[in-house]
Order: sequence, then C-alpha cells, then structure tokens
Amino acid sequence: MVNLGDWNKEIAVEMAQSDDIELSEEHWDVINFLRDYFEEYQIAPAVRVLTKAIGKQFGKEKGNSKYLYSLFPYGPGKQGCRFAGLPKPTGCI
Amino acid sequence: MSTKKFIYLNRKAPYGTVYALESLEVVLIAAAFEQDVSLAFIDDGVYQIIKGQNTDGIGMKNFSKTYHALGDYDVNKIYVSAESLEERGLSVDDLMPLTYEDEDDDWAEKTSIKIISNVQLTKIMSEQDVCLSF
Repeated sequence: MVNLGDWNKEIAVEMAQSDDIELSEEHWDVINFLRDYFEEYQIAPAVRVLTKAIGKQFGKEKGNSKYLYSLFPYGPGKQGCRFAGLPKPTGCI
Repeated sequence: MSTKKFIYLNRKAPYGTVYALESLEVVLIAAAFEQDVSLAFIDDGVYQIIKGQNTDGIGMKNFSKTYHALGDYDVNKIYVSAESLEERGLSVDDLMPLTYEDEDDDWAEKTSIKIISNVQLTKIMSEQDVCLSF
C-alpha cells in the first residue's frame, strides 16, 4: 500500500484472505491497537513493545509472542502491520 | 545477546537536516535489540524535544510525537544539557514531558528527563561502550 489513507477494513480482510487467514475479533484487537499506536506515536511498535502493551491491555495470557504468532504466523510486526496498512516496525528484520 | 551501553548525542535542530530523525530511528533500533540506550540533547539538539512543534510551514514530517514512544522501548535515560538550555533561554518546562512506566514500582509513571551539567555529561559519556554523535 502506498498511501496510509487508502486503508479500510475490507482491504485488511482481503489481504488476510490471500494469506489464508480469516480475521477474528482477536486479530482486530491487535490491528486496531497497531493503528492507534501509529496514530499516537507515528511509528509501528517493535514486537517487544507490542507484546508488552497487548498483555497490559487485553490480559496477561495474550502478552506473549506465542499468542501473537498464533494470530499472525508471519510475525505480528510484519504481517500485522501489513494488514493494518502501516509501514514495517522500526527495527523489524 | 550481549548488551552494550550506547549513548546517542543529539546536537542539531530537529528540522533542516536529517540528523535528528536518523538518530531517533537508530535509537529505536538499538532499543528494539534490547541494548542499554541513553540519549543526550546538547546545543541546538535541545530543540528536538521542545513542546509544541509545528512543521506545517516547512513541508517536513513532524516526528516529535515519536519521542513519547521511547519509554515503551525502555529508553528512560534522557539527559539534557543545563548549559545548552540556559544559553537558549529555555527551561525544563519548555520540553515535552517524556516519561516511562517503572516496572519495579507498580508501573508508576516517572520522568525520563534529567537536566545535567556538561561536566556530569562528560562523566556519563566516559561510562559508555559506544558513543554516537548526530
């Protein structure tokens, strides 16, 4: 995606489908979190920061990379940010 | 992964050159790799963390909001030169309130900013493994 403003939920659903993922409420929690974080700080959070923040906001059992990778097998940063229409997180490899 | 002590010296105004933005990006990368990261703002670098930045007139991205993410990255040692502030007629109240949540103190919100003299800064720099100047 070239323009951040071009994003909408249908695009996210479409991108996920082409990766064989059906977006659940748990996926949307993360996608919306990533978008809110970007809006506030102008960057996508590193996975470590995302993990900590998700745990704080949605409960400890979700604040680990195993849970996030179960939602986004290609990486919560790389794949999650792509679905959210954001650039890759700074420091993402 | 081995951890090293990094200090990033920021000496230039935030806009007009790319130094400030580049510095912030490598700071976040080092922090994402869980290094021990400190920042120092000296000379015109103190303007990088000044409140109320507005880039509407210069067509550059206002990246000042990103400094507020530093606490999330466990970057909570932000040193500001007292002399540089004074020379510019500024005080700590003119700076953005940059904070972190202290995990060891029930996530209490604390300030990351320490105003120090150049002599103190010299000492802190001598204690680092790596010193990068922007």
